[in-house]
Amino acid sequence: MIDTESIPLKTSTGRTLRSEEMVINMGPQHPSTHGVLRLELVVDGEIIVDVVPHIGYLHRCFEKHAEAMTNYQQVIPYCDRMDYIASMNMDWAYALACEKLLSIKIPERVEYIRVIMGELQRIASHLIAIGTYGLDVGAFTPFLFCFRDRERILDLFEITCGARLLYNYIWVGGVSHDLPSGFIDKAKAFCKYFRPTVKELNDLLSYNEIFIKRTANIGILPADVAIAYGCSGPMLRGSGVNFDLRRDDPYSIYDRFTWEVQIGKGLMGTVGDCWDRYMVRVWEMEQSLNIIEQALEQIPEGDVMSAIPKRIRPNPGEVYVRSESPRGEIGFYIISDGSASPYRVKARSPAFVNLSVCPEICKGYMIADIVAIIGSVDIVLGEVDR
Amino acid sequence: MEQVLRDIFDNHFFIYTIMAIIPLLWVLPYALFAVWLERKVSAHMQDRLGPMRVGGWHGWAQTLADILKLIQKEDIVPKAADQKLHFLAPFVVFIGSYAAFATIPFSSAYIGSNINIGLFYIIAVSSIVVVGILMAGWSSNNKWSLFGAMRAAAQIVSYEIPTALALLVVIMMTGTLNLQEINQIQTGWFWNWLLFQKFPFVFIAFIIYFVASLAETNRTPFDIPEAESELVAGYHTEYSGMKFALFFLAEYANMFAVSAIGATLFLGGWNSPFGNFLSGPVWGVFWFLSKGMFFVFVQMWLRWTLPRLRVDQLMYVSWKVLTPWAFACIVGVGLWMMI
Amino acid sequence: MSPKEIFDNLKQVFSAEGGSASGGGEAILDGKFEGVLDPYVKISPTKFKEIALYLRDDISLRFDFLMCLSGVDYTKGLLGAVYHLFSMEKHHKITIKVEVPVDKPEIPSMVDVWSSANWHEREAYDLFGINFIGHPDLRRILLPDDWDGYPLRKDFKVPEFYQGMKVPY
Repeated sequence: MIDTESIPLKTSTGRTLRSEEMVINMGPQHPSTHGVLRLELVVDGEIIVDVVPHIGYLHRCFEKHAEAMTNYQQVIPYCDRMDYIASMNMDWAYALACEKLLSIKIPERVEYIRVIMGELQRIASHLIAIGTYGLDVGAFTPFLFCFRDRERILDLFEITCGARLLYNYIWVGGVSHDLPSGFIDKAKAFCKYFRPTVKELNDLLSYNEIFIKRTANIGILPADVAIAYGCSGPMLRGSGVNFDLRRDDPYSIYDRFTWEVQIGKGLMGTVGDCWDRYMVRVWEMEQSLNIIEQALEQIPEGDVMSAIPKRIRPNPGEVYVRSESPRGEIGFYIISDGSASPYRVKARSPAFVNLSVCPEICKGYMIADIVAIIGSVDIVLGEVDR
Repeated sequence: MEQVLRDIFDNHFFIYTIMAIIPLLWVLPYALFAVWLERKVSAHMQDRLGPMRVGGWHGWAQTLADILKLIQKEDIVPKAADQKLHFLAPFVVFIGSYAAFATIPFSSAYIGSNINIGLFYIIAVSSIVVVGILMAGWSSNNKWSLFGAMRAAAQIVSYEIPTALALLVVIMMTGTLNLQEINQIQTGWFWNWLLFQKFPFVFIAFIIYFVASLAETNRTPFDIPEAESELVAGYHTEYSGMKFALFFLAEYANMFAVSAIGATLFLGGWNSPFGNFLSGPVWGVFWFLSKGMFFVFVQMWLRWTLPRLRVDQLMYVSWKVLTPWAFACIVGVGLWMMI
Repeated sequence: MSPKEIFDNLKQVFSAEGGSASGGGEAILDGKFEGVLDPYVKISPTKFKEIALYLRDDISLRFDFLMCLSGVDYTKGLLGAVYHLFSMEKHHKITIKVEVPVDKPEIPSMVDVWSSANWHEREAYDLFGINFIGHPDLRRILLPDDWDGYPLRKDFKVPEFYQGMKVPY
């Protein structure tokens, strides 16, 4: 039983009131738990006294599957299904780990293709995060605007690899297909189309008075707590920590592009509130556009399949490689025993770690704020539960 | 109208039944149309098409099909629900919103009941909706429903105060509670409408009334009682089939009722905006319905544009923003009338 | 700091005071820096808590970010936990390995040191059955509460029945 008396109760207006508490179950079937998250809320009226998240409803034991595969390459479709909103970044992270294990050098063109795909996927993923966040606070229209734009990115993926959600595109040592003819022009056209829509989104949602009222000063996550809980990605940057793996632990070719790491500045309230986390994503979409545009200009010709190993049999060893997925630090810890299948694969999923901070930042707010906070964490349950 | 019926029939009961059914003849097709309109309005605001298949032209028969579906659906009642209250609640809610139509003048020739306390009656009778909502939330035996019901009760009760105060401004200016008389006062060109009198006090009162009426009908940005992303569907989570449809019908009837009251009190009701041009009892119906539908459209427009407020912010808006401003309007109009 | 320097630093601090004096034997067991992809330090579970606090708080180390905590089944009667640490301030990394026997899999909990260890430890407990001593809420996290066995152990047999129901294949 939770000792509720010891928790100081504070509403957002600073009052202290207490009456009888009630346990209420939110999820796993609930429109704003973004899948099958279940929260056990202890509420006092509408005010949250305690939150106990229960996860695992989507658990498929990815790690056991990975060990059972007969080939390192076969794990990639399972990575797709981990974070199904940002499959490209998952594949990429796994491929990076395998490549480090095998010490493969990747062709230039492949690196560029991966960066373009990864950043397009980041925009697509952030669009979902932003759109569903609007939905969480009651604005339905931005959600469909975001999906409209995301469709265009999925169209680009579709002409590249035939899939719209689970790509199996980035392979160990290369990519499954070269870019189709006309891709570069279409991608440029998308960049041109997308920039003004960010402004439209800002007008409709980001700077809407009601939206700001609902998100500013809610769910404040101080920087030291964020680091202690291992938060990463927009969650960490929203708290004002200037840290991005693409810049601070560079992988691939991110050091060749000029772009800026966006951090929460507390423009509408306190640094680290829901609005900051939301806004970091909006700004990051623009930065991703910058990267894509530069990459589209610089991309060289070449063979994308040349470095793909015929047979993946790494030497015994182990490696932890991390990269920046839209949700934060996706890390793969792979142990090889020298055989054709991995001995152990551990996926450090960002949403899993980010979600663990929730009980810390939800207390004292109202039920409606819980929805706003969970939305601003941007969880994908496929990745939380693996 | 009543006189005409009196001439034809002799039976009072029969006459009143006919009088009572006339608004229903409007409300039912209106609700079907409004649900379709809401879908179309939302779709076009969101860069999509909305229903396009059923019935051919722009899916006009979509809501008819939906109603047929709802009629056929099994009526599911939770085992632990309070059966009687659970059964009664949708009817109470619908009666509350439908009863308000009794004193709304649809035209110079038709008003359900031309009583002298018409406006007062509307304020009073529309409160019955709260009872129905509380019954629904409580009897469902679901914590989320109860949350929705409690929110709805708190919200509707508190928003009745700015509504009533804004209406008081009208009453002060017209000196009557009879809606037909209020309409007659506004006859003539559109600058005779109360909205454009004693600027800006009545204008502000109208805005207050409109905002508060959004809250009374539980529409965005005040749709907190049925907040989809928080409470799933609020007090009607545990309803299915026709009972759910009744809640839906009541919501749309309520939307039109508050719009119609706004149009009647501030925008001249069945009066033509252009003096005698296109005026008369039949054109009166046209003007009245188009003014009402315009505000219904504005309500939809707002719903698909704005996020939703939080419970405490909603209360803040009611008690600390709308109520003081409504008082200011009353004082302003009062002083104006004295001087 | 390079991993080698980190290792030397740890060795100096924790061996000089006499790991043997505390009765737990050597605290810093092993370290490998050459010829491996990720350098690591192997630590005995007995003094792990003090070492972890030192790693986090020492002014030259400042490992404040626990990137990943992985349970591993090494077979041969050994279970392990691997801690990947990162310093937000110094931008250096180190891997800490702790190994425990499978018949007494007990590792001190690091929840007080790095809060993110909370769910990671629950996951390792869930899938490997490693007991984290001092964890505030050590429950299964991904699997159902009534699950039998630890699926990621190499000797785990997929059950044919769950709660009396046949598991279909």
